Amino acid sequence: MPNSPASPSWTSLVLAHLRKDLQIEWRSRDAINSMLFFALLVVVLFSMAFDPTRATSREIAGGVLCVATLFASVSALNQAWAREIRHQVLDALRMTQQSGGGGGAAMFLGKVLANFLFVAIVQLVLGPIFFIFYNLHPLGDTWQLALVIPLGTWALVSNGTFFAALSIRSRNREMLLPLILFPIFLPALLAMVLAVKTILTGDGSDPNLLWLKVLIGYDIIFTTICLLLFDTVIEAE
Amino acid sequence: MKKLAIAALSVGIVALMIWGFYQAIYVAPDDAAQGVTFHILYYHVPHGMLCYLFFAINFVASVLVLAWRKSNPTRALAADAWALSGAEVGVVYCSVVLVTGPLWGRPVWGIWWTWDARLTSTLVLWLIYVSYLLVRKFASGTEMQTLAAVLAVFGAADIPINYLANRIWRTQHPAPVFGGDPDAGFKDPRMLHAFLWNILAWAVWGLAILSFRVYIQRRQQSIETAEATAALAAD
Repeated sequence: MPNSPASPSWTSLVLAHLRKDLQIEWRSRDAINSMLFFALLVVVLFSMAFDPTRATSREIAGGVLCVATLFASVSALNQAWAREIRHQVLDALRMTQQSGGGGGAAMFLGKVLANFLFVAIVQLVLGPIFFIFYNLHPLGDTWQLALVIPLGTWALVSNGTFFAALSIRSRNREMLLPLILFPIFLPALLAMVLAVKTILTGDGSDPNLLWLKVLIGYDIIFTTICLLLFDTVIEAE
Repeated sequence: MKKLAIAALSVGIVALMIWGFYQAIYVAPDDAAQGVTFHILYYHVPHGMLCYLFFAINFVASVLVLAWRKSNPTRALAADAWALSGAEVGVVYCSVVLVTGPLWGRPVWGIWWTWDARLTSTLVLWLIYVSYLLVRKFASGTEMQTLAAVLAVFGAADIPINYLANRIWRTQHPAPVFGGDPDAGFKDPRMLHAFLWNILAWAVWGLAILSFRVYIQRRQQSIETAEATAALAAD
């Protein structure tokens, strides 16, 4: 009986964690609001700091969007696990293990999916504003953005959720998360920025979609490592 | 007797390094195109190859920490000492690579640095292992050892990217000398000899430093264990 209440299936465990996180966010809207405003500030700051012309804004827009998302999601990811510490929720969640194991991975995947949705919503709201502020007029295949941005966001959120759980037990955890997340995320950031730049400028410098493939490879490798090691991290003591 | 052996070994290692220096600077001829600058590479390439070795030691030791942390904590503690030492020596070797690279690049390329795949991924490798050492400062105890070991697995995932960077992409960084095209390699055997002597000398030197570091860390661990036991007994 895989779906009986006594031993829920792995998928239903993931969905339960996801539903819980979405419900909390729906009631408080902490993460999305703070991320949205923070990302907006970063976009405005960059726009003022560089005062780009139309041609240069095509060159740098990908980078600005990625960095704005990066900074904004770090602030939210720090809270993602921190709020589970209050009232020992985290310890309770750890007990939702399946008999065959994999409960930790379900918890992790639920959290990643929730945070991925939050960051995606922020990007959807931010995207149009971004195009207006930077006077963007993409010259390449715009549909590829619908692949590149979610893949890059997934790389950011899955690693970020993992390292937020890792740094939660340390002193000064707010400081530690960016220190370990940024170096690990750098290859994906590079691939994402270059892919977006190729799409916006339409310079055809990447005919084989190399950077897209790098992103896919990165996502597969790092998400697998995260899923495999999450139990170890959450039970480290 | 033990001290005498260590002293003799140290003298031997220093002699080997002097011999390697002599081979690289005086015996090996100048490169036809790059001239004197080429001699920097007798340090740059061996350090690059050896930093993989030390990061590999860090990775294997970290996997052992993860494997033994529940079943055999004493062994996990020993593996942790190796992981820490491997990362520290590896960061030093990687730093040497990052310093000697621009020193060579400035006269040959005309620029100190460029963001090509090889250079960028080496910098990322260095950053990851510096953050590994930072994590060890931010937490403490067996918990920190587990977390650091997990981070080491992520760091190790960057090593293949770094290794393959100038094999997959056409980078500004020169193509590999060893294990690359069949056409690659040294045309003058004196150059090859200088390379091999330096790889050997720096490998032995690095392993010696690594062993000293492991020894110090093990002493540190036994002091900490003794203090913890004493504190428990005092209660």
